[in-house]
Amino acid sequence: MTVEELIESKKFSVINKASNTNKEISKPYTCDLLSIAMGKMPERAAWVTVMGNINTLAVSALADASCIILAEGCALDEVAKMKAKEQDITVLSYDGPIFEGALIIYNMLVANE
Amino acid sequence: MNDQIVLHYEIPSDDFTRAGEASSNVKKKLKKMGFDPEIVRRVAITMYEGEINMIIHANGGYIDVIITLDKIEIIFNDSGPGIENIELAMSAGFSTAPDNIRSLGFGAGMGLPNMKNYSDEINVESKIGKGTKVYAKILVTKRID
Repeated sequence: MTVEELIESKKFSVINKASNTNKEISKPYTCDLLSIAMGKMPERAAWVTVMGNINTLAVSALADASCIILAEGCALDEVAKMKAKEQDITVLSYDGPIFEGALIIYNMLVANE
Repeated sequence: MNDQIVLHYEIPSDDFTRAGEASSNVKKKLKKMGFDPEIVRRVAITMYEGEINMIIHANGGYIDVIITLDKIEIIFNDSGPGIENIELAMSAGFSTAPDNIRSLGFGAGMGLPNMKNYSDEINVESKIGKGTKVYAKILVTKRID
């Protein structure tokens, strides 16, 4: 499943859409502590977190996440929003809990297999 | 590619809006040079953790990256307070990060452990009140041309 397909499912709202949404999603990943996410997040993950600051974007870019989903309706602050545009990172938002957000992605991946 | 490429980065103190810029820059350069994505990822993670450590703990510093065909060396230098117990600092979960840093999502105590896990060799030298020097080496096992 690609990031574009995830967006098209309309299960998540779009905060920032990157120019390349053809990136494949390997699996959902959840963690709010950045160094743990940095060390453990699988490549091309859809990272579901409540941590919506500029450092989340840096970790996502460096650890090769495919997209970020901010759960619990969390938003990016203004600086981070600009950075997401600048760094061309897809950031989505989900009103429900982290687990539910990740489960939706997991189920979509399984259905796509 | 020439025999050796040396990159130098000054890391500002306490500036989280620019944290990760140096690491992103190295990542982009390595990608362009055709290094294997897994090697690039390991360098990016190692460098970012060192960069963040400098910003959180050491009032900034500088990083030199030496790129050759068979290895990438990253040398972190700071004039911060130094690390009291290196062995403890290298263990997963140990952190001295203050609360304001933890609220940003840092302080999991995984900085140096991540650097150790993602590099092939790491050496930490530190003097209390003088600063810390970290040397990390990542061997290039695969290359895409």
